[in-house]
Amino acid sequence: MTLREVNEILGGRVVCGEDKLDREVEYGFASDLMSDVLTLNTENLLLLTGLTNLQAIRTSEMSEITNIVFVRNKKVNPDMVQLAKANDMVLIECASSMFKCAGKLYQAGLKAIY
Amino acid sequence: MHFEYKIKGGDFANAGNASSQVKKILKQLNVDHLLIKRVVVSLYEAEVNIVAHALEGIIKVDIDAEKIILRLEDKGPGIPDIPLAMKEGYSTASPEVRAMGFGAGMGLSNIKKNADKFNITSKVEVGTQLEIIIYFK
Repeated sequence: MTLREVNEILGGRVVCGEDKLDREVEYGFASDLMSDVLTLNTENLLLLTGLTNLQAIRTSEMSEITNIVFVRNKKVNPDMVQLAKANDMVLIECASSMFKCAGKLYQAGLKAIY
Repeated sequence: MHFEYKIKGGDFANAGNASSQVKKILKQLNVDHLLIKRVVVSLYEAEVNIVAHALEGIIKVDIDAEKIILRLEDKGPGIPDIPLAMKEGYSTASPEVRAMGFGAGMGLSNIKKNADKFNITSKVEVGTQLEIIIYFK
């Protein structure tokens, strides 16, 4: 699934990385807990989180995750965008709950890691 | 190659800067990306631990052709019971740390999982030392 499809399915708003929406993601992981994200070893991953602070971006940088959806209508701040741009990331904001986002994407074929 | 980074306790805005610098260095050295991930995930967990729990700390990084050695030394409360701290799910993190997405009690065990060699020593009310070695093989 491309990030463009992800954004359409979720009715999201691309905050940065508009030029990278043809990127493919195969797996999804939903968590507000960065400690859990740091235990993952999956490539082509889309992260769904409601955590809008710099640590969400830092954790993704360390975990080689370049695609993040921020759920529950959480707003990304300018420091996050700056760091995300430096790491070639795509950030999407979405008004729906984490449960609804995960459900829609799973239904559309995005795979669970476990 | 030797690098050092000073870490300030409580400085969440900069938590991860050192790990990010090390990642850039390893990329420049053309280290395999899966190895880089193991190094930086371990280092980031340990760096966040210093920010979350200690007053201050230092990260010393030594890189040679075969391996990377990360030494993290902090001044702080120390860990009274290391086997307990190593247990997944055990945490003494503050609500502030938890709000940052950490404090699930996964950090030390995740470091151990990613490292080829991992040593931890600690003295209560003095500080904690970690040594993480990862081989480039």
